[in-house]
Amino acid sequence: MFERDEPAFVPYLAAGDPDYDASKAYVEALARGGADVIELGLPFSEPIAEGPTIQGAIVRALEGGMTPDRYFQFVEELDVDVPLVCMTYYNLIYQYGQSEASASNASGETASERGPGPFVRRAAEAGLTGFVVPDLPAEEADPLRAACDEFGLDLVFIVAPTTEEERLARLMDLTSGYVYVQARLGVTGARDDVSDQTAGSLGRLDDWDVPKAVGFGIKTGDHAERIVAAGADGVIVGSALVDIVAEGHENGDAVEAVADRLAAKARELKAGALDGWERRREDHAVATDEG
Amino acid sequence: MSDTQSGKFGEYGGQYVPEALMPAIEELTDAYERYVLNNEDGFVDEFRERLRDFGGRPLPLQYADQLSARYDTDVYLKREDLLHGGAHKLNNALGQVLLAKYMGKERIIAETGAGQHGTATAMAAAHLDMPCEIYMGETDINRQRPNVFRMRINGAEVNPVTVGRGTLKEAISETMRDWATTVENTHYVIGSIVGPHPFPVMVRDFHSVISEEAREQVQEQTGRLPDSVIACAGGGSNTMGAFHNFVGDDDVDLFAVEAGGSSLSVDETEGVAPNSASLSTGDEGVLHGARTKLLQDSDGQIMESHSVSAGLDYAGVGPELAHLVDEGRVTPVNVDDDTALEAFHRLSQDEGIIPALETAHAFGYLEEDHEDVGDVTIVNVSGRGDKDLETVIEETAQRDLETAVDMSVFDGMHGGM
Repeated sequence: MFERDEPAFVPYLAAGDPDYDASKAYVEALARGGADVIELGLPFSEPIAEGPTIQGAIVRALEGGMTPDRYFQFVEELDVDVPLVCMTYYNLIYQYGQSEASASNASGETASERGPGPFVRRAAEAGLTGFVVPDLPAEEADPLRAACDEFGLDLVFIVAPTTEEERLARLMDLTSGYVYVQARLGVTGARDDVSDQTAGSLGRLDDWDVPKAVGFGIKTGDHAERIVAAGADGVIVGSALVDIVAEGHENGDAVEAVADRLAAKARELKAGALDGWERRREDHAVATDEG
Repeated sequence: MSDTQSGKFGEYGGQYVPEALMPAIEELTDAYERYVLNNEDGFVDEFRERLRDFGGRPLPLQYADQLSARYDTDVYLKREDLLHGGAHKLNNALGQVLLAKYMGKERIIAETGAGQHGTATAMAAAHLDMPCEIYMGETDINRQRPNVFRMRINGAEVNPVTVGRGTLKEAISETMRDWATTVENTHYVIGSIVGPHPFPVMVRDFHSVISEEAREQVQEQTGRLPDSVIACAGGGSNTMGAFHNFVGDDDVDLFAVEAGGSSLSVDETEGVAPNSASLSTGDEGVLHGARTKLLQDSDGQIMESHSVSAGLDYAGVGPELAHLVDEGRVTPVNVDDDTALEAFHRLSQDEGIIPALETAHAFGYLEEDHEDVGDVTIVNVSGRGDKDLETVIEETAQRDLETAVDMSVFDGMHGGM
């Protein structure tokens, strides 16, 4: 999903936060600001892996009327030309299309298996390129992996600092697109420092042939630079961007003004990632010279 | 493979949790198999000893004279309300806190709805000298203040959860977030037979002492097995505890009584179910780590549930119970808020037992529909009702209940208890 000749900037926003139209402008602003892939959240009522910032975004989006069908429409209406990854929780994927399926079962027309197929088919139609599902570990992922293979979508898995060696092999087999490297323990949320765990976490994935994107706690261009310099192929940033949306919403700022701030933040993060890439190249050149 | 190893009950169960928690889930599964199933280091012996000396087990199976006469059937009460702390919850809390200790964990977290699980966990943590934090929805904090005090007095921190409607569902999500951050030194004591494997089987095993004793006692006292066992079902922990050792006895009918709330209908637009009857009206889905029956809208968003009893007010139910219902082994029934309150007063006056509002639902079924229970029935008295008195006084004052004593004596006392 990433170009391999430069670091990827992967922003996250919850679709529909704080409302449908503003959210569309915000996602498009991220693309203008240099996003290489966008993780677009489909809000679920019980987001157990999210911290308060993204949880707030999800609550606003749900109150604004976001549903899976509206989400697919949202994706179709977006004017962006970067890959879009759907980030959501498994129950929404599992339930999609079931009421129609059971209605047709009741009338005896078709017997449909309950599962992720209808959601993945619809996602492919809408133009999404993959999924991140934080509450779906490798143990339960076979049906979604099979549906993704059928419709040609990627399935991104998260590797945590606590993930043990024996689990890595299983995750490597299941992952496509990129791997989401969780920089630190905990839930999502912007932090003021960059975890020392990052280089160690990346080192464990040396033999993976998908790009490695690091997320959790990245807030500034400087963070992005350090993460990429430490070996990441991309940086994932959510809460720092959601904060801008939340602040604009609370202050009643114009959508254009908030969109501009998001685009500026995106440029800062992308530039930081590029600087980190450059630093890595220089370090590599020095090491080669000395070697 | 048995359910204790696979964590699957038919299609239900499983482990739907963030990757960061998977190693902790694997570590817990390993500890469950070693200590609970295989009694390594004498874990089970110590658990049984502490249940006896600290908890007060075994507990009586009491013949209920007035109820038996009223319903023309022999009613036996399994008195879990007499367990230390006043509810069946201690069986599990003590088991899990002790297990955390065997695993070398240094901190305990838990969530609570009615506060009984939080209280039991706080007591077990104090007893076993472990620091403890409890997450509780703000709505529940307001309606279960006596239990909040008890948790604090036992030395636990009580963290209010303000998101959503501020009940158990939100508290569980919040506790999972804490666990994802602190998983390396912290054990999360889940309070019911819900959550990712191994919690549903482990919590059931700790509570199965209820039916182990009841099965022995009823045979001693009557020379036979009961025709039926009745227990209230929110998440389902007292239910599975009371049913477990009877599941193999095909002639014993098992009734799980859910909270019918104010209505069984659902407001899809508002995303609200005015009941907590996920076994009777829910649909299969994935919540809080397991696939099970849930109250959800057609998109899969989880609904806010309702019951006059905070302890039953949850949008999901244990996967094993959901499976036993699908198999036809357990019969799901439900009674509404009014009937539960009627039964609350009936049991208090006729038998001198003030039941928890959760438990009152089980008696509500007897009150409303006792034709199917046979000649000998066991009702699990899951807990005592001291914690609910404020709610009962307020709720009764709003209704015209045949069974209630004159409520005017409490005028002006609301909030002062």
